[in-house]
Amino acid sequence: MSDLGTAAAEVAPAATEAAPAGGRSRSLAADAWYDLRRNWIFWVASALVVLVVLMAAAPALFTSADPTACDTRRQFAGPAGGAFFGYDFQGCDVFARTVHGARASVLVGVLAVLLTGVIGLAFGMLAGYFGGWLDALLSRIVDVVLGIPLLLAAIVLSKRLAADSQGSGIASVVIVLGLLGWTTAARVMRSSVLAARSQDYVAAARMLGAGPWRIMWRHILPNALAPFVVVLTITLGTFIATEATLSFLNVGLRAPAISWGIDIATAGKHVREAALPLVAPSLFLTLTVLAFIMLGDAIRDAFDPKLR
Amino acid sequence: MTEPSHSWDTPTAEWATRPGRATVTVPSSGEHLLDVRDLRVEFATRDGVARVVDGVSFHVDPGETLAILGESGSGKSVTAQAVMGILDTPPAAVRGGQVLFAGEDLLAVPAERRRQVRGQEIAMVFQDALSALNPVFPVGWQITEALRARKGVSKAEARRRAVELMSMVQIPAAAQRVDDYPHQFSGGMRQRVMIAMALAMRPKVLIADEPTTALDVTVQAQIMDLLAELRAELDMALILITHDLGVVADVADRITVMYAGRIVEHADVHTLYAAPAHPYTRGLLASIPRLDHRGHGLRSITGSPPSPLAVPHGCPFHPRCPYAQQVCRMTAPPLLRIGRLDRASACHFPPEALDARPI
Repeated sequence: MSDLGTAAAEVAPAATEAAPAGGRSRSLAADAWYDLRRNWIFWVASALVVLVVLMAAAPALFTSADPTACDTRRQFAGPAGGAFFGYDFQGCDVFARTVHGARASVLVGVLAVLLTGVIGLAFGMLAGYFGGWLDALLSRIVDVVLGIPLLLAAIVLSKRLAADSQGSGIASVVIVLGLLGWTTAARVMRSSVLAARSQDYVAAARMLGAGPWRIMWRHILPNALAPFVVVLTITLGTFIATEATLSFLNVGLRAPAISWGIDIATAGKHVREAALPLVAPSLFLTLTVLAFIMLGDAIRDAFDPKLR
Repeated sequence: MTEPSHSWDTPTAEWATRPGRATVTVPSSGEHLLDVRDLRVEFATRDGVARVVDGVSFHVDPGETLAILGESGSGKSVTAQAVMGILDTPPAAVRGGQVLFAGEDLLAVPAERRRQVRGQEIAMVFQDALSALNPVFPVGWQITEALRARKGVSKAEARRRAVELMSMVQIPAAAQRVDDYPHQFSGGMRQRVMIAMALAMRPKVLIADEPTTALDVTVQAQIMDLLAELRAELDMALILITHDLGVVADVADRITVMYAGRIVEHADVHTLYAAPAHPYTRGLLASIPRLDHRGHGLRSITGSPPSPLAVPHGCPFHPRCPYAQQVCRMTAPPLLRIGRLDRASACHFPPEALDARPI
């Protein structure tokens, strides 16, 4: 070893403890974060997402009214006190119901995206890494799933599951969305795995004797994950919208669950008597979906080196 | 111009049967550390089968440097990947030959054994270190990944070893830089990281595939010196794959010249530079810019190397060869030993005959 080398090795322990924490070792993620911090869309979207998640987790922070304490004497009454949006057909507090409705939306969205993520990741990784007949088989399965109409499947499955359990329908909506919505994520994952697989660092890992699973998890996955996560974020938004659609069509969540979709459906019948019970949940739904899609977009832009 | 003593259309009967000349495709005696024999690699393409490596043989021993020299497309990198066992199959397929490491044919052993040899016994340095390093991990993590995964070295110990390896490849302030990411290093430093990574498990054979091509000239020399030093220090066998005759002159002990997937000449470095036997090698040497030829313009070999899908019949070099005769278009010359042991050329004409007919 050279003198220089020995000297460096001797200072090693001291330097390790005093390693500079900030500013030095900037990875791609650190660069992306630097970009994101300067993007107002990211901040607006994040604020909205935090707000909705907070509503879902702790609705009591926003309203003390009970969304199920309805009084028909207050039917269509205007805004009063804490009920900023007035009362609906059954005399329920619209603001309280809207706040409490966030939980169902976020829960369905997150659970369905988790299911989507697991299926999409497995399909994308296996198809992209192993290729050949496995890729052909998995890609055909993706095509078949893409060909199943979402509404039809939702109607069939929700009727089927409703017969089995008397729940609020969350499970059936999550299963429908998860089982039918993973195709885009799987395709995105497959293509980024394909791109990462042909990189030299994968060849270098093989050169050092790494096995296929180590290469997949340690070398390909971290490099292929960014676009996948972005797609999942956007998918979360669309899942929330789809949940509302399914609930609106009476094949999603059911009372006693409180959901924006259910409220929009009931309020729609009485829109001539009172518009606010329709407008409030619609507005929250739109903003939530928009927030997730904008967040996904902002993250994608930050991670895309071509936009640098 | 005096008429050469050889008849140019029917040259070789006497020359090929001279005593001491024998085909050297199968080395005769002794066990080498790494002994590649008659390696053949084909690629299945849309336009047919491309024979990219066609009967290549060479060997290296500890403490020795072999340079494999050739233009792009000559099959030298594919040869290295086949020896390493990291070819993508398909489209590539090893169609024949042996890769003997300490007497064990790596092409015949089970995949698991092959994987053990990789990195542990034979390692490789890639051309472009930036793309060969994983951008999402600190360099120290990458250098010792194999040690942690395969030798069960603890994290703290791995970190110490990473710093040690980085110092060994002369990265300044290694202890401070062990947590940096690949893109924070300059090209030369990155290549040093790559070398440290390849050396982590103390392989006995190091294959360097164009290790300096992506670097600027001043750094090239440093990396070559480093490789030479490490080879001596660790008593490794070094296989240096390059297209640059200038790069290998100081470092290599022996040189194997490849053209169109075949070995066209093989000699120790002094002989090769002083008295190249094959017209292709002569062309390569003549194309090196020289200070004492200032103002003369650069010499080059006319034409371009053949596509591996359409290697010319006969001698693959004949369309570009200034000495080409009828016989070159008809039959491919075998790799024949010239004079001393371990020197060979695949040309129908002996070097003296080429000397006698200057272009």
